[in-house]
Amino acid sequence: MKVPVEITVNGTRHRSEVEPRLLLVHYLRDVLDLTGTHVGCETGLCGACTILLDGEAVKSCMMLAVQANVRAVETVEGLSVEGELDAVQRGFWEEHGLQCGFCTPGMLLSAHDLLRRSPQPTEEEIQRAIHGNLCRCTGYQTIVKAIQNAGDKMRAGKPSAASSSPSTRGRR
Amino acid sequence: MSRKKPGEFQVVNHSVAREDGVAKVTGRAVYASDIRLEGMAYAKLLRSPFAHARILSIDASEALRQPGVIAVLHGNNLQGIDPYYGHAVKDHPLLAIGKVRFLGEPVAAVVAEDERSAYEALESVRVEYEELPGVLEVDAALADGAPLVHETSYAGGSFRGFDDPGSMKASNICQEVHLEWGDVAAAFAQAAQVVEGVYYFPMAYAYAMEAYVSIADYNDSGLTVYSSAQHPFIVRHDLAGVFGLFLNRVRVVVPFVGGGYGSKSYTKIEPLTAACSWKAKRPVKLQLSVAEAMLTTRNDDARVRIRTAVDREGRLVAREATIHLNTGAYAENSPLVARKAANRIVGPYRIPNVKVDCCAIYTNTVPASSFRGFGATQVTFPGESQMDELAEKLSCHPVEFRRKNLAARGESIHPGLRPLDADLAGDIAMVVQALETDKPLSKGHGRAVACSASDAGSDPVTSTIVHVYADGSVSVMTGSTELGQGSHTVLRQIAAEEMGVELQKVRVIGPDTAVTPFERSTGASRTTTLMGRAVLEACQEAIVQLRDMAAEILKTAPENLILERSGVAFQDRRLSWQDVLRTFFGLSDCSIIGRAYLRKVGDLALLPVFWEIGCTGVEIAVDAETGRICLERLVTVGDVGLAIHPAMVEGQDLGAATMGLGIGLYEELLYEGQQLLNGNLLDYRVPRFSDLAPKIDLLLVQNQDGRGPYGAKGGGEGSLNPIPACLANALYQATGVRLRRLPLTPERVWRALREQRNKGDNVGH
Repeated sequence: MKVPVEITVNGTRHRSEVEPRLLLVHYLRDVLDLTGTHVGCETGLCGACTILLDGEAVKSCMMLAVQANVRAVETVEGLSVEGELDAVQRGFWEEHGLQCGFCTPGMLLSAHDLLRRSPQPTEEEIQRAIHGNLCRCTGYQTIVKAIQNAGDKMRAGKPSAASSSPSTRGRR
Repeated sequence: MSRKKPGEFQVVNHSVAREDGVAKVTGRAVYASDIRLEGMAYAKLLRSPFAHARILSIDASEALRQPGVIAVLHGNNLQGIDPYYGHAVKDHPLLAIGKVRFLGEPVAAVVAEDERSAYEALESVRVEYEELPGVLEVDAALADGAPLVHETSYAGGSFRGFDDPGSMKASNICQEVHLEWGDVAAAFAQAAQVVEGVYYFPMAYAYAMEAYVSIADYNDSGLTVYSSAQHPFIVRHDLAGVFGLFLNRVRVVVPFVGGGYGSKSYTKIEPLTAACSWKAKRPVKLQLSVAEAMLTTRNDDARVRIRTAVDREGRLVAREATIHLNTGAYAENSPLVARKAANRIVGPYRIPNVKVDCCAIYTNTVPASSFRGFGATQVTFPGESQMDELAEKLSCHPVEFRRKNLAARGESIHPGLRPLDADLAGDIAMVVQALETDKPLSKGHGRAVACSASDAGSDPVTSTIVHVYADGSVSVMTGSTELGQGSHTVLRQIAAEEMGVELQKVRVIGPDTAVTPFERSTGASRTTTLMGRAVLEACQEAIVQLRDMAAEILKTAPENLILERSGVAFQDRRLSWQDVLRTFFGLSDCSIIGRAYLRKVGDLALLPVFWEIGCTGVEIAVDAETGRICLERLVTVGDVGLAIHPAMVEGQDLGAATMGLGIGLYEELLYEGQQLLNGNLLDYRVPRFSDLAPKIDLLLVQNQDGRGPYGAKGGGEGSLNPIPACLANALYQATGVRLRRLPLTPERVWRALREQRNKGDNVGH
């Protein structure tokens, strides 16, 4: 048995027939081919599958696709506008807030959720907000810096369009 | 040619933008789990419910009738291939044959049109078992008359570059390593002070966030496998063996890898996935879950009995150790872990008398293999714990005691191996300064500094090709795997530096065994040193060709040309490499190839390729009420010769130290009987954001003393190795409690503190 759903993903409305048991993360990856959202632990612990649902960060492995019916989903693929990275993406790239990159899409969306609520988060706030996202590579410090960097950029207004790559940092 | 120094580089030694940064922040980075081939089917695995049991029968007939099922593979229907693999010992069947050796071992694979059909058909596979007595711990495995995990002996695998595992006799001993120099008995007899103890290093899981995944396509033209593997060339070798194919018929492609930390080194699920494709005559994907990954590979947990002696002047005179590694059901890389544990227990010290007996032991548990820093992690904890214990006996500051015994640069710490190529006294001084050890400690706080030296780099066989194009662009063909450590960025920097082109003009391609030249592996912190050097040499080889072409164009001898940053000059004429190629060939889109290979000759004849240094300091706070340890301060040193990319060296050091923190404080796989109790992320606690130390110093040492490009040498494991010992030593300083078993969980600390209080009360009354 399949049921019809209408889910807006990154601004585009999609109508599909899905099995009621289909998880939202599998809908995104397998039905829409948006593979930027990663399947990690499948138990809601690692946060690799984090997306925004009506603007709030949720773990898409803990939800059914049908629960997202007539709602708006944002994934990592929807962050950059016309090929230009947004402030959070740039923050993570510039501050080396990623290594293997598997946690990154989820981190980016959790960061968006936080920065919307708190544009200038303290380190403690960041820790609390991203506590549901694991990273096994970085030791987290650069992720904190990345989110602060992104907050600075957002508050300063639109990210500069001057350069498409971060500046070279000098030797320290 | 004089070597450039820090400050003189254009691209190298700068923290440039990551090559893979945009792909990874936009979700466009392709991991093996994202790959879908035309006509692809899906495999799911039926796993053993017993740790040790004979398989009496397997009946797949009902499963085959289930909707969507294409094929069922099990130990009785693998005729036509050689179902055993293993680079050290060929003991690992791709599905259990005749018996199962650990709970969770794959027994059957169902291939179906979709994952759910495969999963649902698993329960229709009927397997009859006869349970056998098992051995779940090393003592049980070593007991007289113990049940054997493997009744038969096996041929050695290809065991690249290390000792032959020797003849395998039928026992639970997988590998023995013995190391001895000097006269240990005499040294202990004459020693001024001796400390002795038994230390336990926990069974841990590397937890790459991306679980193992591979996609195989076996057809008339050969076998193609996409995998999350760290070592594609070793996987190719094993696959060629299983299917009897020439190396050029096996293509292993590794896209981005979602974390490895050693757990994805060597061959894992690729032979099984390939067998599924061979049987189903379709491309097949096998994606494990995290819980299944935890049933695939772990580290070797260790029991180390060790004693260390000093003379009256506080000089180390002897160390003797017996190391028992719990290797689990299959050898995997544990024979090498055993070798490394024996080598690395000496630490970076001058010890004239050493005797080590190390034994990797089969048990009916999840197979153990590589895990970041392997060998060193297991033995640095006891070794460095004893350094602090001895310092106390000598009433000497632990740092002073270490300084007195550290080997100097050029001094041998291990007969037969390369002399130490680092300045550890300098490293330790930096840690001491950053940790502010002269400042008074708050109550309940403790500080410690520890170090390690690992024989790193593995077998130095590496090759690369660099394409130089007539439009000024450059491609590097590499067999190194981008695990997140930043190898592709570093190789790009080196090529840009050498060819004198902008970073954006360099593309890094690979690994793909059909296209990229041979590289033994991506591990043992080797990539910057070996692949980086190969890229540098390949660029230089291309430049020699370009110079000769320029000489022909300019009608002069090559030696008359002056080499410039991205071309040559001769009298008043200048030709860029672009000009040279266009003029020489008369085309604007041609290219030439620079190539290089490294092997065990010249300055790489002596192993290790380099000594990887660990030198870290911590300050912790211990909550006496709860036993909880909080990391207040962390100092690491990246003694990497030259940091090709400083920010990425720092990232490796903090990442490694954080793994050390996890093993030191929280992480341990626990068995109850034959059952793994916490084989999931809910119960297996890895470090989170809140574990981040409030103050972190990630220091770099750039003495250009490595054999890699510009004097670089590897990093990425070193900062893990001393952390558990740092934590245990700092706990002792804070509380007077000495724990010799990791992790230092709140419960263990609390119980030890209570015992200490009770003892104190008894003494007091």
